[in-house]
Amino acid sequence: MGYSIKDYIRKRFFPHIWCPGCGHGIILNNMLRAIAELGISKNEIVMVSGIGCSSRISGYVDFHSLHTLHGRALAFATGVKLSRPNLYVIVPMGDGDALAIGGNHFIHACRRNIDLTAIVMNNRIYGMTGGQFSPLSGKEIKATTAPYSNVDPSFDTVNLAIAAGATFVARTTTYHFNEIKEYIKKAITHKGFSVVEILTQCPTHFGRRNNLGGPVDMLKFFRDNTALLGSKKIKQNPDLIPRGIFVEKQLPEYTEEYERIKKRVKQK
Amino acid sequence: MVGMEDVIPSQIHKGSFMKKIEHKIIREWCKGCGICVEFCPKKVLQLDDEEKVVVRYPEKCTGCRVCEYRCPDLAIEVLVEKEDEKQAA
Repeated sequence: MGYSIKDYIRKRFFPHIWCPGCGHGIILNNMLRAIAELGISKNEIVMVSGIGCSSRISGYVDFHSLHTLHGRALAFATGVKLSRPNLYVIVPMGDGDALAIGGNHFIHACRRNIDLTAIVMNNRIYGMTGGQFSPLSGKEIKATTAPYSNVDPSFDTVNLAIAAGATFVARTTTYHFNEIKEYIKKAITHKGFSVVEILTQCPTHFGRRNNLGGPVDMLKFFRDNTALLGSKKIKQNPDLIPRGIFVEKQLPEYTEEYERIKKRVKQK
Repeated sequence: MVGMEDVIPSQIHKGSFMKKIEHKIIREWCKGCGICVEFCPKKVLQLDDEEKVVVRYPEKCTGCRVCEYRCPDLAIEVLVEKEDEKQAA
């Protein structure tokens, strides 16, 4: 103990703009716990975000922060990391920001294995603009733009990140607050591109349109419909959404490789 | 606004040691979603008439801090002081 997450926020912007019961606040809460427990100085962290409810997170944290273009957070973060490789660069994104508008940046950041920490805050809807379906909404989901239910199948963030080459991939939910903290700690310390997908609730748009109840019911849904990888619960019921660390491996990291080439060229 | 904190100190006995537990609640920040009330294992918390969280049964609190960690509004902080820590200090 001995820390307060209040030391890491810009108190003047609170209470925040997120709706009552929005899961993004739980992610902010536990991400700050992870950073506090790692003991990283505020000056060593850069938080880069795009556009959307989730991206407002960079305004609430007392680090270096960049609020950039929709979907382009990873592109800006890549630039920050290449110019200052010693900084910890954390990129919180919404599901649409990361995988629709920023889908191309996402797969290429995975492929390069650049040392960034991408946090995909997946609430399965575009909340800020009024509840349009996103590429993670999935079939049979109702949204403003799909009033009679959606026909698009969804991405699986974890499989997409693994296939594209990310070297740390984890998934958890806002119900499992200690997992958020542990996975973000591991993702920040991991050398290489790390993706943490966090299933989060949007009671205002996703929950209301799909009759899922309030924030409490949505958290109970996460509790009852997910299970840890390799657990007894998931063996008995393979339809549950798996949580846990899917990939954790070491491969050459982009900025280090870049430095290596630079050195080689200078020696000639 | 900072400084709108309601600090509710409470003394409880648990087993052979006594823990001093303090709930720091920022009323201004609480939006009354009820997550802390529902998931508190001892049902210590309640929403009041203004839909803000209050500590209704402080004597039941074990200091597990689940309410603090699951609060989306960062409105609750639970300070737990153990007896042996107090003596060491």
